[in-house]
Amino acid sequence: MRKAVLFIFFCFGMFVSNAQEYFPKNEGLKEDNNNYTAFTNATIYVTPTQVITNGTLLIQNGKVVNVGTSITIPQNAVHINLEGKHIYPSFIDPYTNFGIETPKRKPGQGRSPQYEASRDGFYWNDHIMPEQNGIDSFTYAKKDAEALRKVGFGVVNTHLMDGIARGTGVLVALNDENGDAERIIEDASGQYFSFSKSVKSKQSYPGSLMGAMALLRQMYYDADWYAKGKVATKDRSLEALITNKGITSFFEAGDKGNDLRADKIGDLFNINYVIVGGGDEYEAIESIKATNAKYIIPINFPEAYDVSNPYLADYISLEDMRTWNQAPLNPKVLSENGVTFSLTTHDLKKPSEFSEQLQKAFTYGFDKTKALEALTTVPAELLGKSDKIGSLQTGRYANFLITSGPVFDKETTLYENWVQGVKNVIHSKDQKDIRGEYAFAAGGKKYDATISGTADKLKLEVKLDSVKYASKIEYTENWITFSFTDEASKETHTATAIIQKEGTYFSGKIILPNGVETTFTATRTKDFSEEDTASEEKNDTVEIVPITYPNVGYGFSEKPKQQDLLFRNATVWTSETAGILTETDVLIKNGKITKIGKNLNAGSAKMIDATGKHLTAGIIDEHSHIAALSINEGGHNSSAEVSIADVIDPEDVAIYRDLAGGVTSIQILHGSANPIGGQSAIIKLKWGENADGLLYSESPKFIKFALGENVKQSNWQSFKRFPQTRMGVEQLYINYFNRAKEYDTKKKSGQPFRYDEEMEVLAQILNGERFISCHSYVQSEINMLMKVAEKFNFRVNTFTHILEGYKVADKMKEHGVGASTFSDWWAYKFEVNDAIPYNAAIMASQGLTVAINSDDAEMSRRLNQEAAKTVKYGGMTEEEAWKTVTINPAKLLHLDKRVGSIKEGKDADVVLWTDHPLSVYAKAEKTIIEGVVYFDLQQDAQKRMAIHLERNKLQKMMLQEKEKGGKTKPPKRKENKHFECETLN
Amino acid sequence: MKNLKQILVGVAFLFGIHAIAQQTPATKQTGTITITGATAHIGNGTILENSTLVFENGKITAIGNQTTPAKGRIIDAKGKHVYPGFIAPAKPLGLVEVDAVRASNDDDEIGDFIPNIRSLIAYNAESKVVESMRPNGVLLGQIAPQGGRISGTSSIVQFDAWNWEDAAVKVDDGIHLHWPSTFRRGRWWQGEPRGFLPNKDYTKDVDEVTAFYNNSKAYGKSRTETKNEAFNAMKGLFDGSQKLYVYANGEKEIIDAVTSAKESGVKEVVLVGGYEAYKIIPFLKKYNISVLVQHTHSLPKKADDDYDLPYKLPKLLVDGGLLVALENSSTSNFQTRNLPFYAGQLVAQGMEKETALQLITGNTAKILGIDASYGTLEIGKSATLFISEGDALDMRTNVLTHAFIDGRELSLETHQTELWKRYMEKYSR
Repeated sequence: MRKAVLFIFFCFGMFVSNAQEYFPKNEGLKEDNNNYTAFTNATIYVTPTQVITNGTLLIQNGKVVNVGTSITIPQNAVHINLEGKHIYPSFIDPYTNFGIETPKRKPGQGRSPQYEASRDGFYWNDHIMPEQNGIDSFTYAKKDAEALRKVGFGVVNTHLMDGIARGTGVLVALNDENGDAERIIEDASGQYFSFSKSVKSKQSYPGSLMGAMALLRQMYYDADWYAKGKVATKDRSLEALITNKGITSFFEAGDKGNDLRADKIGDLFNINYVIVGGGDEYEAIESIKATNAKYIIPINFPEAYDVSNPYLADYISLEDMRTWNQAPLNPKVLSENGVTFSLTTHDLKKPSEFSEQLQKAFTYGFDKTKALEALTTVPAELLGKSDKIGSLQTGRYANFLITSGPVFDKETTLYENWVQGVKNVIHSKDQKDIRGEYAFAAGGKKYDATISGTADKLKLEVKLDSVKYASKIEYTENWITFSFTDEASKETHTATAIIQKEGTYFSGKIILPNGVETTFTATRTKDFSEEDTASEEKNDTVEIVPITYPNVGYGFSEKPKQQDLLFRNATVWTSETAGILTETDVLIKNGKITKIGKNLNAGSAKMIDATGKHLTAGIIDEHSHIAALSINEGGHNSSAEVSIADVIDPEDVAIYRDLAGGVTSIQILHGSANPIGGQSAIIKLKWGENADGLLYSESPKFIKFALGENVKQSNWQSFKRFPQTRMGVEQLYINYFNRAKEYDTKKKSGQPFRYDEEMEVLAQILNGERFISCHSYVQSEINMLMKVAEKFNFRVNTFTHILEGYKVADKMKEHGVGASTFSDWWAYKFEVNDAIPYNAAIMASQGLTVAINSDDAEMSRRLNQEAAKTVKYGGMTEEEAWKTVTINPAKLLHLDKRVGSIKEGKDADVVLWTDHPLSVYAKAEKTIIEGVVYFDLQQDAQKRMAIHLERNKLQKMMLQEKEKGGKTKPPKRKENKHFECETLN
Repeated sequence: MKNLKQILVGVAFLFGIHAIAQQTPATKQTGTITITGATAHIGNGTILENSTLVFENGKITAIGNQTTPAKGRIIDAKGKHVYPGFIAPAKPLGLVEVDAVRASNDDDEIGDFIPNIRSLIAYNAESKVVESMRPNGVLLGQIAPQGGRISGTSSIVQFDAWNWEDAAVKVDDGIHLHWPSTFRRGRWWQGEPRGFLPNKDYTKDVDEVTAFYNNSKAYGKSRTETKNEAFNAMKGLFDGSQKLYVYANGEKEIIDAVTSAKESGVKEVVLVGGYEAYKIIPFLKKYNISVLVQHTHSLPKKADDDYDLPYKLPKLLVDGGLLVALENSSTSNFQTRNLPFYAGQLVAQGMEKETALQLITGNTAKILGIDASYGTLEIGKSATLFISEGDALDMRTNVLTHAFIDGRELSLETHQTELWKRYMEKYSR
C-alpha cells in the first residue's frame, strides 16, 4: 500500500517537473525560462569536419540557436567562458537495450520440443514479433544513463533484444531532468531483426541458422501477400510489419558471415538493413565492402588469454589467439575501405570500457575524425535524425560535450555532457589542473612530488632523495587529499589542502606518522607536459600478425594461383574406359585437363616428375557435413525451404584436412532430422576462398530426404511430431507432394498465389529441376519412396547410406536410382542390423551407379581406403572400386561432365598419390583444383612450422600483456565441430 | 499394458536374431595341422618367407623354413600370409550389440568408482558384432566396461566360444580408470559460455582418485572391517597381479595420472589414448609406462595439430622407445574389425610393416600380459592365427582363407556373409 502511494507521488512529481505547455500546474507557479546560454571562446566541432576556433555556441530551451565566431548574443544570455576548451556534439549509441530489459531464458521447462506456435492472432512462428513496440516496455534507467553520459553519450537507441523479428525501438536522450515527453526523440526508431530465437518461446522452428534465414524470407513473402489483402484471418504480426515498412531496419548479425547473410536477405526484398556486425569484418573486408550496407560495429575487443600455464595454453587455437591480436584493427580497416559505420557499446560488459577500447583502436591506426563521425553524424544518419542530433548546427538538440582538449586524447578530461540543454557535470571544469612537479616540504623534510595522470585518475609520486613512497591522491571539489607511506617503516603521512584558483603553490594540513598535525607546502617547479605520455604511446605500437586466407591455422598467406602443370610419367587412373594408363603424361592448362599421352610437350607448364606415383581425379564425397554452420533444421517435419548453401563455413579446418586426403569436391547434405530435409550445397574445397567462392557455379540442385529411425525420432524422447512410424513417412510425402502439385498448378495457371519457399522447392522436384538424395536404411522404406516418386512421375536420384540397397538392387535398377553408401558401417542402431559391407559390390553387380561416401569428417579424408574395402568385401575390381569415389559420385551429382575423371576438357581437379591410391600405404602428395595447388606435402610442412612460430610469438605477447597488468581470460579450447547426419542443431 | 507387451516382443525379437546368427564354435583341435609355403609374420618384428608352421593340441609345435617337417593335415598357403590373431584391447565388445538400442547396452554401470563391476559375466559370446571381427583377423579382445571414473574390471576373451566362461583367456586382468580432464564443456544452460573451458574441478577430481587409491590400500591391511567390494577389487593393482589402464590424452593429464598411480603404489600402469604422449616420452620411459595408443583413423583433436598427427602418433611413440599397441576405445564396437588397417596406416608414415604389425599382435599381448600364449607365432604358444590371401594390413588384400583359435579352425562366415550369399543367389536366379 505504502509503495503504491509513493509511486503515485513520484509520477505526480515528474509531471510537475517537465510541465508541458498545455499541462496545468498547481503545485507552484507556471513560469518559463526562455533565457539563452552562450558558450564562448571555445573550439567547437559543429560536425567532425567543421571546426570553429574561438567560437560561440548559443542555446535556448534545449536546442542550438546559433553557432559561429561572430554571432549576436542576446541580452538575456548567461555567458560561460570556455577559453582553451573544446565542444563536441555528444555521442550517439544506435544499438543498446537501455531501459528495456532483455528477457532471460527460463531454466528447466523440460526438454520435449514444441512444434506449434503458442500465440493466437499473430504470425505462425513465436519468434516473429514485429508487433512488439520497445516503448511499451521502456523505463528510463537513470543509473545506466549516468554511466553512458560519463563516456560521452547523449542519445541512445534501444529496443527489446529478443526474437528474430523484434518490433520497433526507442530513441532516447539521456536527459535525467525532464520526462519521457521530452527525452524520447522517436518511439518507433527502427525495426529490429536477428537470427536468434526468442527466449520466451520454446517453439522448435527454426532450430538452425539456415532455418532462421528461411523464416525471415517467408515472413516477408507472407507480409506481401497479407498486404494485398489475400489473407482472410487477422495477423497482428504481419500488420505491424506492413505498417512499419518505411522505417529503417536494423539487423543484429553478430559476425562477418552473418553480416553477409543478412545482406542477402535484404537484397531479396529491397531492404537496406543497417547491419550490427561482430567486430571481425576486417577478415572479409572485400565482401563486407561489396554489401554497400551501413554498419554498427561493436568494439569489445577480446582480452588476451592467460597463457601462463603452458599445458592449458596449448589448447588455444591460433585462430583465437590471432583474433586477440588483430581484432582492434577492425574500425581502421572498415574506415579505410570506405565502409560507413557507427560504433556501439553493445557487447561491452559496461559502458566505461568504451573509452579504453576506443584507445586500442587508435593504437591500431583508427582515424580520430572517422571515430568522431562514427559516434555522431553517422549514427544520426542511420537513425534518420540528422536534423535533430549528431551535430551542433542550428536547430539540433543542445547535446554536447565540453572537454579540456581533443576529445580522443588520452589526457583529455571530459568536463560536462549537456543533454537537451541540461548540464551534467562529469568532472568540474573549474577545478584547476594541478598536474606538474612540486617541491614539497613537511615535518622538516624536503620531498619531490609529481602529480600526473588524468583528471579522472590522478597519480602521485613522492620521493625523498631517491626513496620512493607508496602514495595515493584524490582531488574533488577543489580539495586535494593525499597520503604516502614509507614501505620499510610502514609510516604514513596523510594530508589535505584546498587548491586556490590562482598561483602555483598550495599549502594545507598534514598529519605526521607520530600523529602530530602540522602544515605542509607544495610549490610547483615544473608544469605538466604531455610529452611523457606521448613517448609512452609510441611504445604502445603493437606487432600485428598478418591475416591469412582463411584467417585460421593452415590458411594461405597469399591466395594460391592457377598454374599450368605437366605431370610426367605417372600411373594415371582415368576413371574412364581408358582405364589405368602407365607411364603417362597429363597436361593441365588454364584449370583444365588439356592433354593425356606420352612424352607431351610441357611448353610453359611447370613439370612435375610423377615417376612411380599415381595420378587420379580428385575424390568426390557425395555425403559430407563439414564446412557448414548448421546441418539440421528439425523444427518442422519438412524443411525444404532451408539451404546449406546459406550456411557455408569456408574456415572449417576440415576442408584442409579433406584436401590432405585427396578430396576436391563434396556435397554438404542437410541432416536426417526430418523426412524432407533441406537443400544441399555442392562445393569445391578451394581453401582460402569465401563461401560463394566454394560453391559450384551453375550447381545442380539437390535436396536431402530421410527415412527411418531418425525421422521417426525413435532414438530420443520425442513423441509429438508426425510421423512416428514408417507408415506415416509415406503419407507425409504424399501430402507434401500433393500440396506442391496444387501449388505449382496454381502458379502455372497465372492465378495469384502465396509465394511459399518450401512449395517452390518441392515443385522443383516434381518438375525434374531438383534431385533427391535420400538417407535410407531398410528395404521397405527404400521401395516405398520409389513408389511415391513414381506416383508423382519423377525419379529418386540417389539413395544415400542405402545399407539395405543390396536387398532391392533390382528394383532400384528398374527405378533408375543411384546409390551412395558406407563401406562397412553397421550395428550403431536397430535399422542397420542387416547392413553389410558387401552392399556396394552387390549393388554394383546389378548395374547400379555406386558411390562410397563418408558422412563423417574423419572418413572423408581417407575415402580412397574406404573405396578399397569394396575390393575386400565382394571382390570389386580395383578400377571399379576407384570409380566409387570419383566418376560415380560425379554421375550421381550430375557433375560428370565437369569432374570425376581424368579426361581432356574436364576441370583439372587431380591428386598425385605417393602409392597405389587404393592402398592404405598411399598419401596424397598434391591436391589440385582447377590447376590451383591447394594441398602439397611440402607446403604443409612449411605451414606447420609457421603455425608453431606464430603461436609462440602470440603467446609471448599475451604473457607480456599480462605482465603489463592487462586483463586476461582463461584459455579456451576450440571445439572440434563434428557433424554427422544425426547431429541436431 | 499394451506398451509393455510391445517392448517385450521387441526384446525377444532382438535376442532371437542373435541366437540364430551366431556361427557354431569350432571343436577342439584333434589332428596335427601344418601350414606350408606362407610368408609368416611372426608378430615380433620378424618375417619368415616360405615357412612351415605346425600346430598340435592347440599349440604351435614347430615353425621354420621349408626344411621343417610337415605333419598331419597340410594347408598349402603358397603365396599367402600367416599372422598371429590380432588383439583388440579396451573395447566393450559383447557388452553392446546395437549402440542406439538401450536394451542391448551393458557397458556402463552407474557409479564413479566401481572397480568391482566385472565385464566378463555380461560378455555375450554370441554377439553378431564379435563374430564380424573374425573374417578380418581380429581373434582376441580385452572386454572393458565403460564410463565413470573407474569403470570396472576387464577380462580378455577369444572370439569363438559358446559362453563367457569358455571365452575367457585371462579373467579380471585389469582395472580401467578414466582420468579427469583439464577442460570441460561450458554449461551454457547455466549461463556459462559454450565450448571448452578449463575444468575448475580438476584438482578436486584428481583428489578423489588419489583418495580412492589410498582407501583401497588401507582396506587391504585390516581384517576386522566390514566388506567393501569396491576397495577389495583394487587389491590386484598393489600386488601387481592386475594392471591399471588409465585413459588420458592431454600432456598434463598423463603426467598427473602416471604420477599419482605410481605414488599410490600401483605396480603396473598402462596409458590408454595418450594423444599427447609424444610430448613426454622421456617421462613415460622413466616410469616404464607402456601405451595403448589411440588408433590412427581419428581426427586431430586441436585445430592447429598436424593433419596426420593421429596417423603418425603411434610411430612417434615407437620411435621414442616405448612399448606401444593400438586401441580404438573411442569408436563403435563394429569398427574394431578395422584394427589391421589402423596399423597399416602407420606404414604410410614410414613405419616398417612388421613393426606396425607388432602394434596389434606381439606388443598388445605383452601389454595385456597374455604374451606367454598369444601375440606371436612361436613354439609353445597358442595356435591362434590366420591365413590371408595377401597383406592383411591393407584393405585390398586382407582376405582370410583360414583362421584358428587355440588350434580350433573357426568359421569365417558371419551374419553378413550369409546375407551376401543369400542375395547374390537371389540375383543369380
